[in-house]
Amino acid sequence: MNNRHIHVLSAILVAVSLALFTYKAHVLGLPLQPKQETQVWNIEAAIKFEPGPAAVKATLRIPGLTPGYAILDESFVSRGFGLTTRSAPAGREAQWTLREAKGSQVLYYRALVYRDASRIAEDTTPAFPEQPLMDDASRAAMEALIAEVRRQSADVASFTTGLLRHINMAERDPYVGVFLRRTSTPVERAHLATVILAGAQIPARLAHGVLLRSETGQVRVESLLEVHDGVQWLYFNPQSLEQGLPRDFLIWWRGDDPIADIDGGTLLDVTLAAQQNLLDSMLIAERRAERLGSHSIDFSLFSLPIATQAVYGVLLMVPIGALVIMLLRNFIGIKTFGTFMPVLVALAFRETRLLWGIVLFAVIVSLGLLIRFYLERLRLLLVPRLTCVLTVVVLLMAGISVLSQKLDIQPGLSIALFPMVIISMTIERMSIVWEERGASEAIQEGIGSLIVAAISYVVMEIAWLKHLMFVFPELLLLVVAATLFAGRYTGYRLLELRRFRALLPQGG
Amino acid sequence: MLGRYRRLARAGVLGLNKRNGDYILRFNPRRLYPLVDDKLKTKHLALKAGIAVPELYGVMETQHEIRRLPEIVRDHAAFALKPAHGSAGDGIVVIAGRSGSRYRTVGGTLLDEDALSHHLSNAINGQFSLGGVPDVVIVEYMVRFSPLFERISFQGVPDIRVIVFRGFPIMAMVRLPTRDSHGKANLHQGAVGAGIDIATGVSLDGVVGTEVVTHHPDTTHVISGLQVPDWDVILDIAARCYELTGLGYIGVDIVLDRDLGPLVLELNARPGLAIQIANRQGLLRRLQLCEARADFSAAPQARVAFAKQWFQHPVGPMIEADEVAAAVA
Repeated sequence: MNNRHIHVLSAILVAVSLALFTYKAHVLGLPLQPKQETQVWNIEAAIKFEPGPAAVKATLRIPGLTPGYAILDESFVSRGFGLTTRSAPAGREAQWTLREAKGSQVLYYRALVYRDASRIAEDTTPAFPEQPLMDDASRAAMEALIAEVRRQSADVASFTTGLLRHINMAERDPYVGVFLRRTSTPVERAHLATVILAGAQIPARLAHGVLLRSETGQVRVESLLEVHDGVQWLYFNPQSLEQGLPRDFLIWWRGDDPIADIDGGTLLDVTLAAQQNLLDSMLIAERRAERLGSHSIDFSLFSLPIATQAVYGVLLMVPIGALVIMLLRNFIGIKTFGTFMPVLVALAFRETRLLWGIVLFAVIVSLGLLIRFYLERLRLLLVPRLTCVLTVVVLLMAGISVLSQKLDIQPGLSIALFPMVIISMTIERMSIVWEERGASEAIQEGIGSLIVAAISYVVMEIAWLKHLMFVFPELLLLVVAATLFAGRYTGYRLLELRRFRALLPQGG
Repeated sequence: MLGRYRRLARAGVLGLNKRNGDYILRFNPRRLYPLVDDKLKTKHLALKAGIAVPELYGVMETQHEIRRLPEIVRDHAAFALKPAHGSAGDGIVVIAGRSGSRYRTVGGTLLDEDALSHHLSNAINGQFSLGGVPDVVIVEYMVRFSPLFERISFQGVPDIRVIVFRGFPIMAMVRLPTRDSHGKANLHQGAVGAGIDIATGVSLDGVVGTEVVTHHPDTTHVISGLQVPDWDVILDIAARCYELTGLGYIGVDIVLDRDLGPLVLELNARPGLAIQIANRQGLLRRLQLCEARADFSAAPQARVAFAKQWFQHPVGPMIEADEVAAAVA
């Protein structure tokens, strides 16, 4: 097989693997770190009102279009009320209705939101606004103001900031004074901006929302001015004139209406609260995949029963262990008993932990070897002898477990997971090498196997790798690509540099 | 480290990965392996081709047939027992004679009937074969090695290993048993390997493990400068072993019998790399020279002549890789 074929094949594998990985990590937001948690906020709106004698209708504007944030979950608490939610020009609305209510009522809306940079203002480009209705004097003032601001600006953004600057200096500004009183609230001023922007044929609206900060408790509604420049919505803070949507600003509703109104009752109070929380990133990624209509989560390992998931958590690491062994054998040149025996021993180490694993392995193999040498003197046939060694190995393991229980040493109990057939074969192989090639070679190969097993155990236990393999199993394609390359590596092994040192040209 | 890597590459040293990937995988088709992995098959092939091998006394294929051993060796005081699929000399027992009811090995150990049949039953069960598959045991002529090597070997039978690449003898060495190797001619057990100049058949310095030695560690005689007798015959046999199997990269093991001359013991489809240390020179240099210059349709005699012409020790520097590529294309 020529090398180009392999290069193309592994390039394809790498590309597929990385593409899937990038999609899952960046678009779906699957966490790259184990036990990663994402900040979420529990937001709550409580409407308190006094119902009148007749039917009551309470309307609450709830978050719908929330650039920079996504809603994970929402709920409505309202005993006995009929509830509908619907889209409205200002975003979304929840409407509670009740034929007859007694005493003051509290309705709750709760939502769990998280930061999601992929959410942007997704609504369509608005039409040009209608000219505001006003008397001639006001119109003249407005037109003069527009002309003045336009003269000093270059585009929609600078026009808006210029206008806001005029409005904020209302007291001293000849044009704006017509529209505002000294006591006008910031919201009234922002509202004026939308009116005058409409007069200038620029679509604008108010966006009301809350700042999600780390502190917990009641939050105040703040308003931003949203202006459309023909391509996208621009955000302005009407007081500070800062442009751009603050990162921690959650847009709750839009327009000139208040957050809630009541038909057939008296609105007493609306309170908004936010509480910061941490939630498993995996959960959020799943919801996000759901929202994006991606099936990659449905068909991922997370769709399996938990017990099966646990099995795959281990299985997916086996190729990593094998990869380590491949590197140690073909690039370093360490000799082991059996090609992948060390992986199985490494898997056994998972239960015993490394140090105990090595001790127990060494004890069992040495005792097994002693038994094997004794059996040699009895001249048993090969298969019965193997069976006998296997049985003795099991007995040894049981013995060690019981002994460690009596001595109150925990790890001895987990020994049962040692792959005893593999150990029996190792003992047999080792004793043959011992007889045929001498003790030193047998011990060397035994220790080599143990070192390789220990290294692959350490690599297989890296929590981050375990997490990556489980969440992004497609990364195993990278392992495949690596093995393709390694399969054509015909250079020296590291230990060969030592082995052939007598052949090194002198000097140079 | 990288510097050492480059210097080894410049010296044309063949590494295990390259041997496996570029030579064994390319020139040794898997289906031909049984011809060399089974010593019995190799023996039959060699006999058919008129290549001398140790005489076959008998074969024991089942547990049951172990009892036939005394019958098989009735007329032969000395004989060798070999598992047909054994590798690296594992499981071979050489009986030099009998004392009473017991067998005496070349090493001087006495084995009673029981011990020997236990060993044979292990061998038949596959203890020494690759992958533990059931095996058969060959009973054959015990080589009486020529006195020539007596001074530089300790017990056992020295043998000559020739690497044959697509019919061309590339490199050769003689393997001399030592006390450490228990009379076995196996380098990784401690036998001395000494390179042989392909052109003349004269031995060079030896190595034990990876260390160069000038004298045999047990007999303390000088190793180098010894003329191997029948060298042309040995090269001819080695070259003809290519046609025997069709394997492109093999090690041919030959012993020199006192009375019968060179005999082929076995062929190896994965010959080791220690021969490079024994010759103090890399194999790659010669392999590339061969690929670039040799006529692969030549008859055995012509191939031997080519080898003697080009592989006189020490062989010149590496030829350029593109020249090899051009010649191969």
